[in-house]
Amino acid sequence: MAFLEIDHLRKSFGQLTVVEDFNLAIERGEFVSFLGPSGCGKTTTLRMVAGFETPSSGAIRIDSKDVTAAKPNQRNVGMVFQSYALFPNMTIAENVGFGLKVAGRAAGEIMSRVEEMLALIKLPQVGGRYPYQLSGGQQQRVALARALAIKPKVLLLDEPLSALDAKIRVSLRQEIRQIQRELGITAIYVTHDQEEALSISDRIVVMSQGRMEQVGTPFEIYNNPRTRFVASFVGTLNVLKGQVVDAASGKVTVDGQPISGATHLDGAKPGEIRSLALRPEAASLTDPTTGANSLQGTVEEVSFLGSVVRIRVRFGENAISLDTFNKPSVAPPARGTKVTVSFARDALLVLDGAEAA
Amino acid sequence: MKRAVIGPWIALILGALYFIVPLIATFEFSLRMRRGEYSFDAYRVVFADARFQATFGYSSLLALATIVVGVLLVVPTAYWVNLRLPKLRPVIEFITLLPLVIPAIVLVFGYLRLYNSSSWLPMTSHERATDLLLTFGYVTLALPYMYRAVDNGLRAIDVRTLTEAAQSLGAGWATILFRVILPNVRVAVLSGAFLTFAIVIGEFTLAALLDRPAFGPYLQLIGANRAYEPSALAIIAFAVTWACMGLINLVGRGARNAAPAAP
Ligand SMILES: Nc1ncnc2c1ncn2[C@@H]1O[C@H](COP(=O)(O)OP(=O)(O)O)[C@@H](O)[C@H]1O
Ligand SMILES: [Mg+2]
Repeated sequence: MAFLEIDHLRKSFGQLTVVEDFNLAIERGEFVSFLGPSGCGKTTTLRMVAGFETPSSGAIRIDSKDVTAAKPNQRNVGMVFQSYALFPNMTIAENVGFGLKVAGRAAGEIMSRVEEMLALIKLPQVGGRYPYQLSGGQQQRVALARALAIKPKVLLLDEPLSALDAKIRVSLRQEIRQIQRELGITAIYVTHDQEEALSISDRIVVMSQGRMEQVGTPFEIYNNPRTRFVASFVGTLNVLKGQVVDAASGKVTVDGQPISGATHLDGAKPGEIRSLALRPEAASLTDPTTGANSLQGTVEEVSFLGSVVRIRVRFGENAISLDTFNKPSVAPPARGTKVTVSFARDALLVLDGAEAA
Repeated sequence: MKRAVIGPWIALILGALYFIVPLIATFEFSLRMRRGEYSFDAYRVVFADARFQATFGYSSLLALATIVVGVLLVVPTAYWVNLRLPKLRPVIEFITLLPLVIPAIVLVFGYLRLYNSSSWLPMTSHERATDLLLTFGYVTLALPYMYRAVDNGLRAIDVRTLTEAAQSLGAGWATILFRVILPNVRVAVLSGAFLTFAIVIGEFTLAALLDRPAFGPYLQLIGANRAYEPSALAIIAFAVTWACMGLINLVGRGARNAAPAAP
């Protein structure tokens, strides 16, 4: 039995269904992210786990105990908010010790636990200060310490880094992950940032319009997106329209040029149009190795991104972006150059469903 | 450029004169009790008057009671409206503004009708009960100011997230209200409290019609019977009010320096 079980969870506000049939089993110590665009129901789902929203139906079990109807202050669930939500009237130490004080712990015990927590977030000196005297990143670390001080069963984080600068975001997310590993605490992390989710999660739940699109490890989600939505939301994706030639052998044409390797065409008839997807890093301008696909096209755009150069190549109706590593000795091709794009057969993804137009 | 600045200055000076001249005149008059020279004799007489001490003490006590009842009524209400019933805010705001529209005399006649000695709840037949009634009356009169002050304070903090943060840490409603919300709207509550104090100290209608020995009726009594002392009293009452205003400013500024609003 999993440590945290979310069972057929549904939430609607009046007519509007915001979360539909959400099912998830999270193991003890696992770090799971809810990933999806704004408004897809991530926060609502998290708030139901925290107890701030009552599910319209379904159940939530933590450590084999049904908490669906339990009040938020009886769930022993730690919460970190986007806006830090530190108590402005309390010092950092008082903030971190708040949960223990509410629980009626002895002053000495609170003090040593607060010290331990401040050491954990690498801010041992700030106990006597007030929240407004700290930077955003520091405040969020304190909020994390405050949530962890009560030794919660589950740690919930709702876009904890969204209010911070890009640099701090990257370092702090690693720190959060490291602390979570160190304590072995079960965590759910809500984000709309796919890079964030990919980089720190054990598993990702991709959500769209209140539905779970796919659950899997970052590797699975990125390399084997099961729906068109997942494929396009996670990472950059080139979508090509391929005309089916022979479904059984996976042969299609893209702007008249034949390629193969399109598996899972599932009985599509010749002449039908299907959406094919290709990651930018899967394609290259090198000569095709034997068996690989290749397409002739014209360089349309060259964007220099630093270590990577992104080149857009047009074949006709279709175009793709591909990434090459920057090599100081080799200048990227100029616009208008005729090039050959090659990619392995198995790099081609066939997206769910027939393309309408 | 220069000309644009002069207009407002003239308006300001005219306004100040309109306001200050009577004040200075009153003050000057209050100093003339002793013939031929300025003195604080009128003040000495007033301060030495046992009735002054008694009524001022009584009104101060009632002001404190009003503040306590007002805070206990308004803070949880405004908190709950902010947290759970934001749609009701205009309605609540309208209700809290009613005391500004309904004259105190109407209020007190209503009270007398409801609570007179032959009614179902004869509060006016006992002095302590009448004090209680008077306190509730004052709470009503001060409601617009208290509610506004507290509501502004609550809007400046993220009530909902702070509440949820406290809840997730195991806190119940009483803890949240007294340890998280109230301390963070302390300045707002204090400014509401000083306004309440200023209102209660000078209030005449309720106290007079309920026949309680408050400062307002005493002011009126002295005003009707003496020459110099009323001016001294007016200045004193004015000073009390302004001290309250000054304190509002002071705590407000102190709090801004000590703890700017959280992001
Ligand atoms: N209390 C509420 N009442 C009505 N609709 C709500 C409420 N809370 C959230 N919603 C709606 O539910 C949807 C999902 O919101 P949310 O869970 O916050 O999305 P996310 O966190 O993924 O951005 C949104 O369309 C939002 O407008
Ligand atoms: Mg959200």
